[in-house]
Amino acid sequence: MNEFFKIFIIPGGLLLIFMLLSLVRLILGPTTPDRIVALDTINTLVVAGMILVGAAYEEVIYVDVAIVYALLSYIGTLYVAKYLEGRTKK
Amino acid sequence: MGILLAILYIFLGIGVIFNCLGSIGLLRFPDVYTRLHASTKATTFGSIFTSFAVIIYSFSRWNVSGDSKFVVLALHAIVALICLIITNPTGAHAIARAAHRSGVMPKQAVIDQLKEAKLE
Repeated sequence: MNEFFKIFIIPGGLLLIFMLLSLVRLILGPTTPDRIVALDTINTLVVAGMILVGAAYEEVIYVDVAIVYALLSYIGTLYVAKYLEGRTKK
Repeated sequence: MGILLAILYIFLGIGVIFNCLGSIGLLRFPDVYTRLHASTKATTFGSIFTSFAVIIYSFSRWNVSGDSKFVVLALHAIVALICLIITNPTGAHAIARAAHRSGVMPKQAVIDQLKEAKLE
């Protein structure tokens, strides 16, 4: 590996620790919107970390996966929010 | 090369610190809306800075070596960053709206102007 490998893989590992911190809120969360907020945070951190890993290993395919993951997680968040909104309306 | 390393350290440091603040705020704040405030804004800001570090690194490696792999990496990182910037605040807005409509109220608030406005 080249000299830039450690510069990008160490922040990626730190983002993994922050994902675990958010996972604690995902498990503990008292209400359903708390869990959705935690899931949204984990998705953002996964996208950022995947871009960093793609730069560390110099592979473009990781960044492509990050793009698709960002769009799909957005759709998932909107879907769960819509479900939660319609559940207690009537 | 020293300038590139300094820029990378500064940008990655800012990004990691703001992501850390976002996840700590998600753990420690009292109700849904303050957690949303902390986690969504801070992690969006931090992810913008870590992606900027990757983009600057890729363009500078492309400038030095002329390898076309790095310009592809930079352009795809720009596309991922644009997707992140557009989708993240929209999702946070949808979560806040769904939380208010499903009956979860702010814990320490004394007035709820969205309920008084009768928009629903």
